[in-house]
Amino acid sequence: MTDSRSGEPDVPPPTNKTLLVIAGVLLVLPVIALLWVSSYNRDTPRLWGFPFFFWYQFLWVFLCAGLTYTAHRLVLAARKPGPGTTGHTTPVNREGER
Amino acid sequence: MSPKVSALAAGGGINGVALAVLIVLFLVVTVLGFMATRFQKGDTLESLDEWGLGGRKFGTWVTWFLLGGDLYTAYTFIAVPAAMFALGSVAGFFAVPYTIILYPIIFVFMARLWSVSHRHGYVTTADFVRGRYDSRVLSLAIAVTGFLATMPYIALQLVGIQAVLDVVGLGGGQNWLAKDAPLLIAFVVLAAYTYTSGLRAPAVIAFVKDALIYLVIIVAVIYLPTKFGGWEAIFGAAADKMSTTNEVTGKPNGAFIPGDGQMWAYASLALGSAMALFMYPHSVTATLSSESRTTIRRNASILPAYSFVLGLLALLGWVAIAAGTKPIGVDGKPNPQLVIPQLFEDSFPAWFAGVAFAAVAIGALVPAAIMSIAAANTFTRNIYKEWIRPDATHAEEARVSKYASLAVKGFALVFVLTLDKQNAINFQLLGGIWILQTFPSIVFSLYTRWFHKWALLAGWGVGMIYGTIAAYNVINPATGKHFGGSLNLIPAIGEMGYIAVTAFVANLVIAVVVSAVLNAMKVENGSDETTPGDYFADKGDLRVEKDKAIRRQTGSQGTISE
Repeated sequence: MTDSRSGEPDVPPPTNKTLLVIAGVLLVLPVIALLWVSSYNRDTPRLWGFPFFFWYQFLWVFLCAGLTYTAHRLVLAARKPGPGTTGHTTPVNREGER
Repeated sequence: MSPKVSALAAGGGINGVALAVLIVLFLVVTVLGFMATRFQKGDTLESLDEWGLGGRKFGTWVTWFLLGGDLYTAYTFIAVPAAMFALGSVAGFFAVPYTIILYPIIFVFMARLWSVSHRHGYVTTADFVRGRYDSRVLSLAIAVTGFLATMPYIALQLVGIQAVLDVVGLGGGQNWLAKDAPLLIAFVVLAAYTYTSGLRAPAVIAFVKDALIYLVIIVAVIYLPTKFGGWEAIFGAAADKMSTTNEVTGKPNGAFIPGDGQMWAYASLALGSAMALFMYPHSVTATLSSESRTTIRRNASILPAYSFVLGLLALLGWVAIAAGTKPIGVDGKPNPQLVIPQLFEDSFPAWFAGVAFAAVAIGALVPAAIMSIAAANTFTRNIYKEWIRPDATHAEEARVSKYASLAVKGFALVFVLTLDKQNAINFQLLGGIWILQTFPSIVFSLYTRWFHKWALLAGWGVGMIYGTIAAYNVINPATGKHFGGSLNLIPAIGEMGYIAVTAFVANLVIAVVVSAVLNAMKVENGSDETTPGDYFADKGDLRVEKDKAIRRQTGSQGTISE
């Protein structure tokens, strides 16, 4: 599996597997919670007139954003830039700002 | 423009102020679209990378708006609230869990797709499959599916524009030309600015669009519920309507909260739609045009803001129930798709109704542009260049893409003019049934080459055939038309579910079984041009830079802008 177009190493970067697993769990939580419809298809308790069914799903918008962002930080920490990832010497999480 | 337009309206009650505001905002957007060619300009637009991916250098914010353009469409504004209004939460509110679980899903695999595409210059998912298996046939299957599935999705955008123009009082004349003229005018404008500016046009307009949309939404969700008795009263009115027996079907009108027998439908609609969305060519385009791997993942954590607003918009369908909105078209027939524009016209002063109409119309145009560009990219690279003209130059590719983007809009127009528009959300769900069948070939292949190319093709074929037949067999009880819905009985479970997910499971089973057999027989599985390291490549990858340098030296691809 060598690439004829370049002489750079073509292997995955070193990875902290534990952090990746934690990130994976964080990402799977919202999927399970929302697909498990029988856990939330109820009318009460109401919040500001909203049946539980509706405000609970709205709540997950924020929970999911928080979990995904945490997973993002964890993955950045788990996979330091190495051969095959980037030519930059700066940390990956400083890139991409515009 | 106005005298001509009012002549077309042939006796309908035109809302003059709203129409004027709509036209002015539309013109502003058109001018911006034409000016977009200058935005973050490359040396030339005459290459596919420039025209179709904006030069691959959009940062976090531009990507945010572009991806938002994929979600905030006529789907959100017209189809979802209409489904809520007519059929209730199973048919409409599933869009909220759909757009929430979407982000964990894309977080996992889109960064990998970005990296391998960056490394090898892929523009479409079919490019990736071609590189991964060296299989022209499997790549063609992916490309054709993308092209096909985009059409009903663009058609949905047209239904949205049509709904606005209908409520404002245009169209509805006796002959078909007068009836559909507003739609055709809007379409010509869209086609023209997409043609000249490529992906830069929708990226620039997306800012204006989002500003308008946020303004309208904030006003709508604060002002309208108070005007119609508060959320308590709105949910009460909705619960009453949903439990009332429908005269045509003899069953309740819809679901207030999904009940026992509807949970599989709710969950499978959400899951199937979420898995399908990022298989569409336009979503892939929006992702690949971002400048780095990290941009995508950072976006995955800020994009859920869109889902919150989507949920509030969905509930506007129920606000309309409390408000007693009567969505009657210019042709005198009831049409649930008109419910949101009608609610705006009834509740807002005319000038603000015009702003709201502009937000909806532009909110349909931008995604339609992005979708047609992406489908065109796919056609050019994976059908035209691969099968018809292998030696096409970059300039020729860009030119063919522009023509193809016009063609796909034309096909979408045919969809609008021929299919049943009563339940427009079904257009998007139909596209989802098809596009989801490409998921195994794309996503699983990002991680493993255990699947055999012929097995993936067989699974795709079974999924496509089952899905299409099953969808055809769903007959709308009210109109008696085929393709009347997207749910059927799940075999072995015996409850209603989204056809796309059932077809996907069949697809997967075939792919696994046939792969196991072919691998055991040691049937050759094509050659792989990617390496494990490619799936982690990021902006500034040394190997990518090196390839660019080689290209510059040899000058073999002189038209490329880098």
